[in-house]
Amino acid sequence: SLSLLLFSLFRKKKRRIEELTEKMALDVGSSGDWDGRWRHVQKFLERSGPFTHPDFEPSEETLQFLLETCKILVIGAGGLGCELLKNLALSGFRHIHVVDMDTIDVSNLNRQFLFRSKDVGHPKAEVAADFINSRVPGCHVVPHFKKIQEFDESFYRQFHIIVCGLDSIIARRWMNGMLLSLLVYDDGVLDPSSIIPLIDGGTEGFKGNARVILPGMTACIDCTLELYPPQINFPMCTIASMPRLPEHCIEYARILQWPKENTSIPSLLVLMCLPLYGVALDGDNPEHIHWVFQKSLERAAEFNIIGVTYRLTQGVVKRIIPAVASTNAVIAGTVPSRENTALFAYVPLNNYLVFNDVDGLYTYTFEAERKENCSACSQVPQKLQFPPSAKLQEVLEYLTENASLQMKSPAITATLEGKNKTLYLQTVASIEEKTRPNLCKTLKELGLADGQELAVADVTTPQTVLFKLNFTS
Amino acid sequence: MADHKTNKDQRYDRQLRLWGDHGQEALENAHVCLVNAAASGTEILKNLVLPGIGAFTIVDGHRVSGEDVGNNFFLSSDSVGKNRAQATTELLQELNTDVSGNFVEENPDRLLDNDPEFFHRFSLVIAVQLEESTCLRLGSVLWNAAVPFLVCRTYGLVGYMRLVVREHTVVESHPDNALEDLRLDQPFPELTNHITSYDLDNMEKKDHSHTPWVIIVAKYLQKWCREHDFQLPRNYKEKEAFRQLLREGIRKNENGTPEEEENFDEAIKNVNTALNPSKVCVSVEDLFNAEQCENITSQSPAFWVMVRAVRDFVQAEGRGSLPVRGTIPDMIADSDKFISLQNVYRERALQDAAAVSRHVESHLQAVGKVCIWGTLHMWNAAFLRVVHCRALVEEYGVDTVHKDEITSCMDNPDSEMVLYLMLRSVDCFYQQHSRYPGVYNYQVEDDIVRLKLCVHSLLQEYGLTVNVKDDYVHEFCRYGAAEPHTVAAFMGGAAAQEAIKLITHQFVPFNNTFIYNAMAQTSATFQL
Repeated sequence: SLSLLLFSLFRKKKRRIEELTEKMALDVGSSGDWDGRWRHVQKFLERSGPFTHPDFEPSEETLQFLLETCKILVIGAGGLGCELLKNLALSGFRHIHVVDMDTIDVSNLNRQFLFRSKDVGHPKAEVAADFINSRVPGCHVVPHFKKIQEFDESFYRQFHIIVCGLDSIIARRWMNGMLLSLLVYDDGVLDPSSIIPLIDGGTEGFKGNARVILPGMTACIDCTLELYPPQINFPMCTIASMPRLPEHCIEYARILQWPKENTSIPSLLVLMCLPLYGVALDGDNPEHIHWVFQKSLERAAEFNIIGVTYRLTQGVVKRIIPAVASTNAVIAGTVPSRENTALFAYVPLNNYLVFNDVDGLYTYTFEAERKENCSACSQVPQKLQFPPSAKLQEVLEYLTENASLQMKSPAITATLEGKNKTLYLQTVASIEEKTRPNLCKTLKELGLADGQELAVADVTTPQTVLFKLNFTS
Repeated sequence: MADHKTNKDQRYDRQLRLWGDHGQEALENAHVCLVNAAASGTEILKNLVLPGIGAFTIVDGHRVSGEDVGNNFFLSSDSVGKNRAQATTELLQELNTDVSGNFVEENPDRLLDNDPEFFHRFSLVIAVQLEESTCLRLGSVLWNAAVPFLVCRTYGLVGYMRLVVREHTVVESHPDNALEDLRLDQPFPELTNHITSYDLDNMEKKDHSHTPWVIIVAKYLQKWCREHDFQLPRNYKEKEAFRQLLREGIRKNENGTPEEEENFDEAIKNVNTALNPSKVCVSVEDLFNAEQCENITSQSPAFWVMVRAVRDFVQAEGRGSLPVRGTIPDMIADSDKFISLQNVYRERALQDAAAVSRHVESHLQAVGKVCIWGTLHMWNAAFLRVVHCRALVEEYGVDTVHKDEITSCMDNPDSEMVLYLMLRSVDCFYQQHSRYPGVYNYQVEDDIVRLKLCVHSLLQEYGLTVNVKDDYVHEFCRYGAAEPHTVAAFMGGAAAQEAIKLITHQFVPFNNTFIYNAMAQTSATFQL
C-alpha cells in the first residue's frame, strides 16, 4: 500500500543518509533554539497515537532529522512558494533550497508576503530566502535565481522531497520527467531509495489542488494530463473576421495588428524569406498594453461590441489568472501535511486533493491512478501508427494535439543509414528552416521503415521519448 | 494616461478580477477585530492585510512565550515576554502600509466586563483559541449588537470554524455553474420578433451556417410546437426527436450530403440547455416568502427592498418570471447576428431592471426614504442569497441542540462530527481542570481517563446516544492542545476568505460549522 511504501522508503533513506554523512548536522546551539520552540511539533514526533502508522516509532531523533539532515527543494517562490517556505521553516525544516527564475512584480504583493514594494525587480528566490532566514533563526534557505532546466540530476538527487508551487504545466511535466529519470532499477525492480517524492500544488482564484507523487509508483503528472483544463485559444477565423466578444477584439490586436505595425519588413527581405525583425509584445510594458487596448477599442467599435476595458486587455494578453492570498494559504497548508505523513506518520487517504471555497468550503480527495501506457512513467514503448503515405506534418500534429501527449514543440529525430538525423526541429530558427520541407514529405519518402524508432524531444520532458513507428495500411 | 493603473490597482489587480472595485472598496472600509494573536489568528490576519483590509485591531492579554515564537511567523525571538497583541501587530502592519493596525493589551474577559460596547465598532470579530466561556460571552454581546462573529480554532491536527451571524445577505454569489437565461420556453415579445425576422429556409448558405444556435433552436421549437399541440419536448424521446428535426435542418449539397454547419451542431448539443424551464429557483422563492420581504419598513436593509421589488416585478411585468439576465454565451455566428441577438437580451434586461427600480422607488417612497444606491446593474436576481447562522447559545442549549444532525452524522463513527464532539469535550475538560488535556507528557495517560469522563458527561447532558471511539479520546490527549503551524495556516486561509465574503457580500459563506481533519485531509460542514 502507498502508506507502507511512503513510510518505509523514507526511513530507509533517512538511515542511509545518516550512515553516509556523519557530520552534516547544523549546530543547533548556534542557531539559538530557545525553550519551547518546537513544542507544537514535538507532540507529533515524540508521542504515539492510535492513528499513526504501525511502523511509526515516536522518538526525539525525528525532530533532529528534520532540523539537521532533511533536505527539501521548493520550486517556485510565488504565491504558493512563499507560503510553503514559511510552513516548512516553522515545521522544523532547516535545509531548504528554492528555485525561481522570476523577478518580483507589483501585482505579486497582494499575496506573496515575503516581498515588499522596495523588492520589485529583484529575484524572487533571493528575496524570499533572505526574509525567511532572518525571520526564522537557524533556517537556511538557499536561493537559486534560475530555471529548473538549468540543473541536472546531480542537483535534484540530493533532496529528500521536492515541493512544487509552479504556475506552468510544462514546468511541472519537466520536473516530473526529471524525477522519473532518477529512478534506479535493479534487475527490473525499482530501488525505493531512488524515489524522491514530489508534492505538487496549484491554485487559481478560489480553487486549488495538491497531490503526492511517488515517481515510478503512483500516478505521475503525465498520467493525469487530462485533468488540466486546456488553454483557451479562439479560432483564427473568429478573430480575423467574425469577432463577437471583447476578447476576440483584443486577440485581433495582439496577434494580427501588433506584428504588422511593430515589425519593419523591407519587402526585399520578405521576398528572400529572411527572418523578420520586430519588437515582441511585452505584457509587462504598460505602453504596449495601452496600444493593444486602443486598437481593441477601435476593432470593437467597428462591430458594435462592448466590454473592452484596460483590465480585460491586460488579462487576455498576459493570460492572467486571478489570485488571492487565502487560496494559496489553504493549499500550502495541506502540502506539509502530505509530505509530513512520514514524519507525523499519518497517511492521507488519497493522493489527490481538490479545494474550492466559492460557495462555503469544499474539499475532495481521490486516488489518481497510473496510466498503463503513460508516455512519461510507464516504460511501455509509445506507438505511432500511421500509413507510410502520411506526411510528417500529421505526426507532428498528433504529438501536439493528442490529449495524453500534449507536446509543445516536439523535435523528431530518427536513425537513418546508421546516422542520427533530425527530421524536424522548431526551437532553433535555422534548423527549423532547414527541416521545414520534411513536413510535407511522406514517412516513406523520408526513408522511415515499419518498426523504426523515433526519438522525440520536447520542453515537457528532460528526457527524449522513444516512439515505435508502426505502418498501417 | 488615465488608463494607466494606479499603484493600488496594480498591487490588487489579481484579486480585483475576483471581487471587483466595489468589493475592494468594501474591504477597505472594514475594520476587523482579532481576539488572540495565536498563530491561527495571525495567519488569518495576514490573509486580510495582504488584500488591503481597512483596519485591524488585535485584542490579546497574553505575553509572548517561546512556544508562541516557534509556530507564529509574526513573532521573532526577541518578542518573548512582550505583549502578544503588540508584537504581532508590528509584524503584520509591515505587510501592507495601506492598512491601519491597532492593538489592545487586554484580556477579552476583562473587556467584556468593563466595556462590552468596545466590540460594537467592528465590521467583524474573529476569535481564535478562545476558551469556551469567554467565547460564549463574546458571542452573546456580538449577537445582540448584530456584529458578525467568526470563531476559529486549531487543535492538534483538527481545524474548526464557526460562523455566527443573524442574517447575511449575498448580492453577488458568483455561482460556478449557473444555467443560462435564454427564455426559449417562453420567449418575450422582442425575442419572438427577432426570431421571426429570420427566414432560415431562404437564407444564403453563408448566413445559414452563421446563424446563432439560439435562433435555430427557437425556430425549430416553433415548428415543433405547431405540430405537437403547443407542447415543448418533455422527455428524452421527444428531445431526441427534436434533435433529429434539427439535424434535418442542416443544408445539403448537390449530392445530398449534409454540409458542415457547426452552428447546427451547437444547436443539437444545446437542446437540454435550451429547454431548461425559465422558472424562479427555490432559493429565490424562499426569499420571496420571507417575512423581511413581506414587511418593508424604513428599517428594511436595501437587500430586502430589492427582493421585494423583484417579487413585485415577478407578479406584474414579469408574469411569473424573474427579470431577464441579459447575457448570452458565446456561440458560432457572424458578428452582426450575434451582437444583434445579444442586444435583444441586453435591452430587455435593461427594461426589466428599470421596472424593478420603479418598484424599489415606490417602496422607499412609501416608507419615506430616498433611493441612494445605483448599483442595480450589478445584481442578478437569480443569484441573490441569504444565510442565517444560529446563535452559539442555541447550539449549546440542551433544548435547542441539533441532536438529529449530530446523531445521524455519527452513524459513521469516523465522521468529522466526532472531532466536533471531541472539541466540545476538551472544552469541558478545561472547565473542570483549568487546563487542556495532555499538555505535558506525564499527564497524557491519566488525562485519557479524565477526558473520557468528559465525553460521557457531554453526551449524557445532551442526550446523544452516539459512540465516540476511545481512539479519538487518546488522539486528543496526544495533541496536548498543540497548534501546529501548517494546520493554523490552512485555517488562516479558510477563515480569511470567509471573512472577505462577509465583508464584500460576494460569494456564499459556509453555514455554520466547518471541520478540517488534517490527518485524513478531509473536511465537512455542519449546521449546528
